[in-house]
Amino acid sequence: MLYFHNSKKHWMRRRGVHRLGFLQIATAYKEYQTPEGPPVKALNGVSIDVRNNEFLTLLGPSGCGKTTLLKCIAGFEDLDGGDLLLDGLSLRSVPAHRRPFNTVFQNYALFPHMNVSQNVGYGLDVARVARAERDRRVAEMLEMVGLAGLGGRRPSQLSGGQQQRVALARSLVLKPRVLLLDEPLSALDRKMREAMQIELKTLQHSVGITFVFVTHDQGEALAMSDRIAVLAQGRLQQIGTPTEVYDRPANEFVANFVGTSNLFTGRVIAQDGPDLTVETANGRRLRAQGTGFSMGDAVRLVLRPEHLAIVAPDQGQPGCIIDGRVTDAVFVGSVIQVHADVGFGRRVMLLHPHDSRNAQLDIAPGAAVRIAYAPASAHLIAAEGGLAG
Amino acid sequence: MKGDTVRTRQRNTLLLLLAPVTLILAAFFMVPLGIVVVYSFLEPGLYGGVEWTWYPFNYGRILGWPLNDYEEFDPIYLLIFLNSLKFALLTVLFSLLICYPAAFWVSRMRAGRKGLVLFLITLPFFTSFLIRIYAWLLLLRPTGFINTTLQTAGLIAEPLDMLFSGFAVVLGMVYIFTPFMFLPIYANVEKLDHSLIRASQDLGANPVQTFLRVILPLTAPGIAAGSVIVFIPALGNFIVPSFLGGSKVQMTGNVIERSFLQSRDWPFGAALALLVMASVVLVLMVHAVRSGRSRDRVVA
Repeated sequence: MLYFHNSKKHWMRRRGVHRLGFLQIATAYKEYQTPEGPPVKALNGVSIDVRNNEFLTLLGPSGCGKTTLLKCIAGFEDLDGGDLLLDGLSLRSVPAHRRPFNTVFQNYALFPHMNVSQNVGYGLDVARVARAERDRRVAEMLEMVGLAGLGGRRPSQLSGGQQQRVALARSLVLKPRVLLLDEPLSALDRKMREAMQIELKTLQHSVGITFVFVTHDQGEALAMSDRIAVLAQGRLQQIGTPTEVYDRPANEFVANFVGTSNLFTGRVIAQDGPDLTVETANGRRLRAQGTGFSMGDAVRLVLRPEHLAIVAPDQGQPGCIIDGRVTDAVFVGSVIQVHADVGFGRRVMLLHPHDSRNAQLDIAPGAAVRIAYAPASAHLIAAEGGLAG
Repeated sequence: MKGDTVRTRQRNTLLLLLAPVTLILAAFFMVPLGIVVVYSFLEPGLYGGVEWTWYPFNYGRILGWPLNDYEEFDPIYLLIFLNSLKFALLTVLFSLLICYPAAFWVSRMRAGRKGLVLFLITLPFFTSFLIRIYAWLLLLRPTGFINTTLQTAGLIAEPLDMLFSGFAVVLGMVYIFTPFMFLPIYANVEKLDHSLIRASQDLGANPVQTFLRVILPLTAPGIAAGSVIVFIPALGNFIVPSFLGGSKVQMTGNVIERSFLQSRDWPFGAALALLVMASVVLVLMVHAVRSGRSRDRVVA
């Protein structure tokens, strides 16, 4: 364990050395005591292998354990069970200030009594980096985040976006093995947030540092990540690339949390290779493709709004048609969100292109419409709950 | 000009609202202070009172240009003043050592307990200052509670000579002024953003570095305010030294009290009082300039 009692600088020097596994989160457990009732399991056996140089997003609703996990990685909280390994060595006995990770905090946590340069140079100062090198690295980093010339300002004199850049520079100047970002974009307005999403992604590429990014915003996660880890109730729901998570959600939670889904629950009643037919409790029969299911399995059929199309009454493949009546058509710019009642109290939502070619289709509220989809676009997941709906 | 009328009316309202406090301060503070200033430059009368002649030698007796016919320069007054300064600074130091960690401790309590502790800290204000000091006299005297307890326990053979010493005076003043130190420091510590401490750790600072570079600079305004608030009344205090210091420990406050009430040398007492006041004003000015400058740094 002598290895860990060396300084952060020592960790930095080890960059480039062969690494096994990089950062591993191994069946992490964390409980919080609550004043009333039983303790809350913030992390309930989460395992994630963070890869070198990737942009990994921890995505989930508030209270899912994502921030707890980030705090445990940073070292502000200790795990109750499981382990945290860097290059195959446990970090659990390593205090926060000796871990080769840096954090960008949600409120930035810039030191109000120091100017921008002093903030950015803080980590170098406490590591007793020589003056000349410190100044050079601070200037370089300010240049990189586009704050050259603002080194003398106080954090209170900067805009939210500029403060965000100072926080980034302050962490990145130390060349951490992993940069932890705790919802850093949530305090910015929408335009700024979108600009920063792209900038963060570019920055991650150019510095070649692993980013672990926490957010509850699925759009942000899809836009920026190499991989997304979806968390709910202290458990890892799914981990994969944005496309994998979006196109093939592992369960109902992911299907609903990442993007919007129309879900139909039923049983597999016919199987022909990958082609399956699902019958709902109401007798509605829908075709889908999927592997790993057999006759009689309870399943949920996931139909993304953009995979549904309104077609002429004589079109659409048999078994891939849902007839309904428009209840609402909301014009949102590039598309029209059409809500339709498809019988038995079920509603679906689909995105209808706002396009002159669709002009002959009546989508006014009350109009009868035929909704069709391609069997390949219908994704099947195992139904955990009952068969209602 | 309508705007001018409005402004005039506003100014008149302001003057009206300020009138009572101005009158009270003028009648009961500025006028008496003026009398003290005038008296400090007058010759003391033989049987008390003053002779209306210009007489700068009250200050001379203290600072070193006595009128040799009557008075002699005695460095005792300067020594007593330095002694008072020492006691006041020790009081500031010890109450700071008590209050600074305590403020962090209290700020981390949950809401209910925090309220209780803050109430307990202000509780002594509900009891007379004199009674509380007298209680210390009973605790510290040779046959008092502390000595009898230690003797019964067999820890000491002879009673400790604690009363009527510098120790007793500083102890008494620390006891009296601790809440005044605690409250400004607590107000500052309470609003300290804990994410800054985390950020410091995160950037590789060990606990000592975090304390020196982040916590201390950010709580310095509270420390400065508390120190000034304790230093000022401690420097001029005469009740604590007269109870707990007896005749052995003199502070400037005691000398002033004696000049007015016993030796009936009002001009000399006035001069001494004004010198104490001057040093207090000096401390206040340094504090005001310094905190003004740090505010500028944040705002500018």
